[in-house]
Amino acid sequence: MAGSNPNAKPMNLTLKVWRQKNRNADGQIVDYQVKDISPEMSFLEMLDVLNEDLLRRGDDPVAFDHDCREGICGSCNLFINGRAHGPEAGTTTCQLHMRKFSDGDTITIEPWRANAFPVNKDLSVDRSAFDRIIQAGGYVSVNTGGVPDGNEIPIPKDIADRAFEAATCIACGACVAACKNASAMLFVSAKVSQLALLPQGQVERKTRVENMVAQMDKEGFGACSNIGSCAAECPVGISLENIAILNREFLSAKATSNNLA
Amino acid sequence: MSWISKTFSSSIGRKIIMAITGLFLCSFLVVHLIGNLQLFKDDGGQAFNVYSHFMGTNPLIRTVEWVLVLGFGFHIYESIVLTQRNKTARGGNYVSNHAEQNSPWQSRNMGLLGTIILIFLLVHLYNFFYRARFGELDPDINNNDDLYTLVATSFKQLWYVILYVAAQIALGYHLIHGFRSAFQTLGLNHRKYTPAIKFVGYAFSVIVSAGFAAMPLYFYFFK
Amino acid sequence: MILDSKIPEGPIAEKWEKHKFNVKLVNPANKRKYDIIVVGTGLAGASAAASLAELGYNVKAFTFHDSPRRAHSIAAQGGINAAKNYQNDGDSIFRLFYDTVKGGDYRAREANVYRLAQVSVNIIDQCVAQGVPFAREYGGLLANRSFGGAQVSRTFYARGQTGQQLLLGAYSALSRQVAYGKVKLYTRTEMLDVVVIDGKARGIITRNLITGEIQQHSAHAVVLATGGYGNVFYLSTNAKYSNATAAWRAHKKGALFANPCFTQIHPTCIPVSGDYQSKLTLMSESLRNDGRVWVPKEKATAERLRKGEIRVSDIAEEDRDYFLERKYPAFGNLVPRDVASRNAKMMCDEGRGVGSSGLAVFLDFADAIKRNGADWVSQKYGNLFDMYAKITGENPYEQPMRIYPAVHYTMGGLWVDYNLQTTVPGLYATGECNFSDHGANRLGASALMQGLADGYFVIPYTIGDYLAQTPPTPVTTQHPAFAEAEAEVRARIQQLLSINGTRTPDDFHKQLGQIMWEYCGMARNAEGLRHAKQEIQKLRQAFWSDLKLVGTSEELNQALEKAGRVADFLELGELMVDDALDRNESCGGHFREEYQTPEGEALRDDDNYAYVAAWQYTGDNQPEVLIKEDLQFENVKLTQRSYK
Repeated sequence: MAGSNPNAKPMNLTLKVWRQKNRNADGQIVDYQVKDISPEMSFLEMLDVLNEDLLRRGDDPVAFDHDCREGICGSCNLFINGRAHGPEAGTTTCQLHMRKFSDGDTITIEPWRANAFPVNKDLSVDRSAFDRIIQAGGYVSVNTGGVPDGNEIPIPKDIADRAFEAATCIACGACVAACKNASAMLFVSAKVSQLALLPQGQVERKTRVENMVAQMDKEGFGACSNIGSCAAECPVGISLENIAILNREFLSAKATSNNLA
Repeated sequence: MSWISKTFSSSIGRKIIMAITGLFLCSFLVVHLIGNLQLFKDDGGQAFNVYSHFMGTNPLIRTVEWVLVLGFGFHIYESIVLTQRNKTARGGNYVSNHAEQNSPWQSRNMGLLGTIILIFLLVHLYNFFYRARFGELDPDINNNDDLYTLVATSFKQLWYVILYVAAQIALGYHLIHGFRSAFQTLGLNHRKYTPAIKFVGYAFSVIVSAGFAAMPLYFYFFK
Repeated sequence: MILDSKIPEGPIAEKWEKHKFNVKLVNPANKRKYDIIVVGTGLAGASAAASLAELGYNVKAFTFHDSPRRAHSIAAQGGINAAKNYQNDGDSIFRLFYDTVKGGDYRAREANVYRLAQVSVNIIDQCVAQGVPFAREYGGLLANRSFGGAQVSRTFYARGQTGQQLLLGAYSALSRQVAYGKVKLYTRTEMLDVVVIDGKARGIITRNLITGEIQQHSAHAVVLATGGYGNVFYLSTNAKYSNATAAWRAHKKGALFANPCFTQIHPTCIPVSGDYQSKLTLMSESLRNDGRVWVPKEKATAERLRKGEIRVSDIAEEDRDYFLERKYPAFGNLVPRDVASRNAKMMCDEGRGVGSSGLAVFLDFADAIKRNGADWVSQKYGNLFDMYAKITGENPYEQPMRIYPAVHYTMGGLWVDYNLQTTVPGLYATGECNFSDHGANRLGASALMQGLADGYFVIPYTIGDYLAQTPPTPVTTQHPAFAEAEAEVRARIQQLLSINGTRTPDDFHKQLGQIMWEYCGMARNAEGLRHAKQEIQKLRQAFWSDLKLVGTSEELNQALEKAGRVADFLELGELMVDDALDRNESCGGHFREEYQTPEGEALRDDDNYAYVAAWQYTGDNQPEVLIKEDLQFENVKLTQRSYK
């Protein structure tokens, strides 16, 4: 029975890891060896093994972000062997398992690279730009209380499903990391689409897209050139169709909103 | 800044200019290709020269020509601005990057393809357009400028043919990405129609680039 | 100390309405003169911060994550309960209240639970208005599913990602207030102490996790929404960073800790695969709607299966024991979590477990796939199936899942009164951080309900009552108590860094987890608990003399962060053991082997233990003092829980 295979052969691996002391320091690749890695381990558990080893030897462990280890919090963000979240499609780093690698492999591990995501240390980057984009308009302005009954806003199932699919973005930043242009449009478009599709989002539809795109540009993300790397690397399968919706929403908002600024 | 300049200096606004000018240039390619099919007519170039005379003298065409110049100008200008902006946005490069596993080559190399096309365009304009418009060409039997002969002799030079064919391959790849991409940028993506747009874009790219590439090959091998 | 739960007078259905009328209000112009600190930005924290800011208070929100949206609420899968009765199947506020009190094995406070059921309906409305994409029927109305411990369909959901969608709703409301400047957001900032001045909470001390900077923050009131302490067990379904530090620091500053031994073991988790395991992954309880739980009838069959001599498909239908359906025909696979978990453990103890370790049972979807097709199953549970496949390398559409119970939720927490105020005035606790609503066992889809109820609909009223009685003069960090608290925090960090021993924080944490799981886990007994207490004390000593850290505190130092949290777990773990030892009965998630019915069900002792056990800290390495809050049941009759 796989998944609990006692005979799975342990692996020895060479890791090439990006080490960078802090935001302002220069970084470099440092080589490490890890031994007896079980194929049943998750990638992050393999890094745990490395870090425990480093700490015991008195070396600084490798800093990396992670938390839920269930693929939903969006914390983990490693660029593994030239791919955002590693070689397996539709998978966050924490859900990547070592059975995807072979004994003797060399694995290169880098942080997300984008001007808008400065490196905190080693593999940890600052993604607060995403928060600021949401703060610019990724919400429906309703205060707590005084809202209508949930069933007073009927929503066709297919619309609800599409809005849900856009809403499943975990803001990990793989789209930015994979994009040649470090564009955040897949992230922005997921929120814009979700709320543009739903009746609740209609009231602020125009200002929302205008403000979110303005903030996105201000943060220094690049422009989308429809390459498709973002959607291909997105661990939760956010579709490129959302970017088209974003473009459409932006154009129509700019053309018809009363905002002269 | 007015809302208009703000709109078109935003990341999406600039993309929209790229898309609109790109599609406009696609329409130019169609006209240019259809017109130039006269080259294949076995009449010693008479029809082609009539056509080129018309294109060089008709006031409407001469006006549209300026629009075309603007189209190229904006397309190139925006591409430079966007490329700069995107380079800055990316910051450093990865030590190991396997983008080929997540996206097609041509989509990531539109700038390179565009540059090849631009170099070709300058050579092409100098050799044919400039000499037809501003140079001295001998008249043909209908007393039109004999551009046909210039074309025919040019395409007997191997380096010239190679440059043309290579440029058309670049154009084909540029279009494979560009055609579909323009629709996406304009927000015209729909699960019902996008597959058709993709197919048409692919067919368009192949036909246009093959059509243009056929001309130097035809002259080099069969004339 | 006598605990005053401040439960309003009157019939249960009117208590909350009356209380809302009786609480003092802060006039709108004065609200901006009050500062409130909210620690934690999960469902309870984000909803509280947003709602309080909307009212006009100045809110400072703190999270140790890089973004509020990473809080572990995001991982809740199955759904959120609400007594909407949209399904016309007999649900009501009273029934949700009743089910919750019963599901909690009669160890929850009636008035709190009734209020929870009342506001549950408002939560759904609020979330829909925010644009949370709940599942819909074809007619466009909200869809429901059923969950363990209930016989009505009252759970609202967004595929298997309900927690994510609700958190993103609360996060969006919070983000809006950040944009308005009413909330100041501090990310990657960990709270390391509460500042108490003249007996009242007046601020917190924090550490910036990137720069290591220690900061003082003052406020008129502090709300802790910092989640549960399940990570005491090292292996749990909690996120890796989930910790008890904020709650434990508050406890040491005077807030009583209630029912620490009430931990929930979730029945449907992916089994442990090796000793490198860093966390356990939950598979939503909603899977039990369509999945059937079984083990082989014969021990010998199970043994051959474990050795790989036979395959699952070789076991004939009549040789399979669908033990939950057999023992609990009325609820079948949908018995509450504690019952399902305990039964799975019993099967494995009998030697009928599956998987190479023998510590797993099957959760089988073959019938559902046969009945409705794989597409239908995928539509309903697709993401869970994918997750299972990724982690185990097995295809759950083709062979049954293997599941085993794992620590999931902690019903215990900081003791709070009806106003969600701890025993320190001005210090509030909401969500999983408090103990209030789930008794000895939480029903599925009730955690999201409670977190949002506290944040959106309870704290905005009750905190006003306190603030109205507090002068609106600015609170600053000038008071020497701030400098004192900061010095303590700094000293402790330096102490951790200066031990220079040989063992890593994780190493200690793992060992603590093993002790807790072995002796204070799914089944406990007095002897084991006494042993565990000694072991924990020894481990704590070892920790403070043999801990290994590197680097400084002026940088991102994840091992240092971890060490601080493990230090607190090592103290809290002992209190859990004390509490489990004190409670000589079995109830809900607390199963004492000495107290069980002949059929192996939990045997409560209502005469002697119908109380909330609130513990008071008295000093380092001193025994804590137990203070009891007697529970009164006026609306629910105490019976032996039966799901048969």
